[in-house]
Amino acid sequence: MTAFARTVWVITRKDLLVEARTREILLTTLFFAVACVLVFAFGFVSEGRAVSDAAAGILWIAIAFSGTLALGRAFERERQGETLRALLIAPIDRPALYVGKLVGILILLTAVEVVVVPLVALMFQAALFEHALLMLGLLAAGTVGFAAVGTLFAAMLVRARSRDVMLPVLLYPITVPVIIAGVRGTAALLQTEAGGIPMARAWLAMLVFFDVVFITLALWTFEPVMTE
Amino acid sequence: MDFTNLQFIDVSRTFGRRRALHRVSLTAEAGTITALLGHNGAGKSTLLSIAATLLQPSSGTVHYGGHAATNGAAALRARIGMLGHDLYLYPELSAAENLRFFARIYALPDVERRVVRGLEQAGLTERADDPVSSYSRGMRQRLALERALIHDPRLLLLDEPFTGLDEAAREALRDRLQTARAAGTIVLLTTHDVAAIANLPDRSVTLVEGRLAA
Repeated sequence: MTAFARTVWVITRKDLLVEARTREILLTTLFFAVACVLVFAFGFVSEGRAVSDAAAGILWIAIAFSGTLALGRAFERERQGETLRALLIAPIDRPALYVGKLVGILILLTAVEVVVVPLVALMFQAALFEHALLMLGLLAAGTVGFAAVGTLFAAMLVRARSRDVMLPVLLYPITVPVIIAGVRGTAALLQTEAGGIPMARAWLAMLVFFDVVFITLALWTFEPVMTE
Repeated sequence: MDFTNLQFIDVSRTFGRRRALHRVSLTAEAGTITALLGHNGAGKSTLLSIAATLLQPSSGTVHYGGHAATNGAAALRARIGMLGHDLYLYPELSAAENLRFFARIYALPDVERRVVRGLEQAGLTERADDPVSSYSRGMRQRLALERALIHDPRLLLLDEPFTGLDEAAREALRDRLQTARAAGTIVLLTTHDVAAIANLPDRSVTLVEGRLAA
């Protein structure tokens, strides 16, 4: 294992250990995502029939909103005891710190999606599992893109007084392409017409492109962002 | 990378229009304890942050033996330990887990041996598996000091380490710092409580509004 990968693993494992003790992020994020889906279900499902394309939009709104909650807490833990300073003094590659935090967030968001995706499929009678592999690809690529930007912004804002307000204000405009690609890709997957699958693949390719761009930029900018 | 002294040469630091440090020159040698005295806002913590490579000086240079801060930054940071106002500990984790985490972050060999040694030095062996959130201020401070020393740093930076400690805990801290000095560590500590450090420092300097007082 390289030094970079080892550092990523040590940081991710620590975050998961803290989360296992408190369950703070997982429970709040999961509760918020489920509440979000249920509220929309009351609005968009009438007489057992959902509004066309609503499932795709609501799935990604639930992921984005609950993801923002998780991101807000990710660096808050490092701020409370100023442990972030201890990590910045340590002889580690600072991008490894970013990747470690990102992987931790991705694992938590995956756990949320394991509950939310079947719930959306059930409430909106959406065939989300008909092309399971493609759906998995859209979810994975979309979540990585959203969390990659969010982790960087959460780190940037860790010393800002109004970080709770600023995070969504900065995050959503930048991640709009990811959310749109996720929504349109999922909607294409749910189409019954022949062109749906190729269209979903095209959106997936776009999400992968966004992921590469966002992660590259985040790795490049994390070190200067963390230097006071 | 190793070094036997820390040298600030004409170090200044500004934050916007506010000048936190003004042309500070100071040398601290291995095996000595240097106390930075001064009121709140005098620039003590800023000087420590610069020594820790967390802040860049606006002008002037810092030398670690023959090495500048910009050269081999990671190797240099591996030789620095810092204890801040906040204790740099995860309250949800136990003492052993905190020490183990930082030992792994520093990629140290013999992690478990160092964890056991750190717990013994902190007098926390009996409570090694209790979450840090259940500890008293003195216990946390002792653990935080062992966290800062777990990689046997050459340079130990302590920001107001005596704050909030009772006399017994202060005495224990003074003993631990004397041990670090005997091991050849360069100890640089800040305090505004002169009584707390008693006869501990080999040298005391006072910062007044970012300048070293004569």
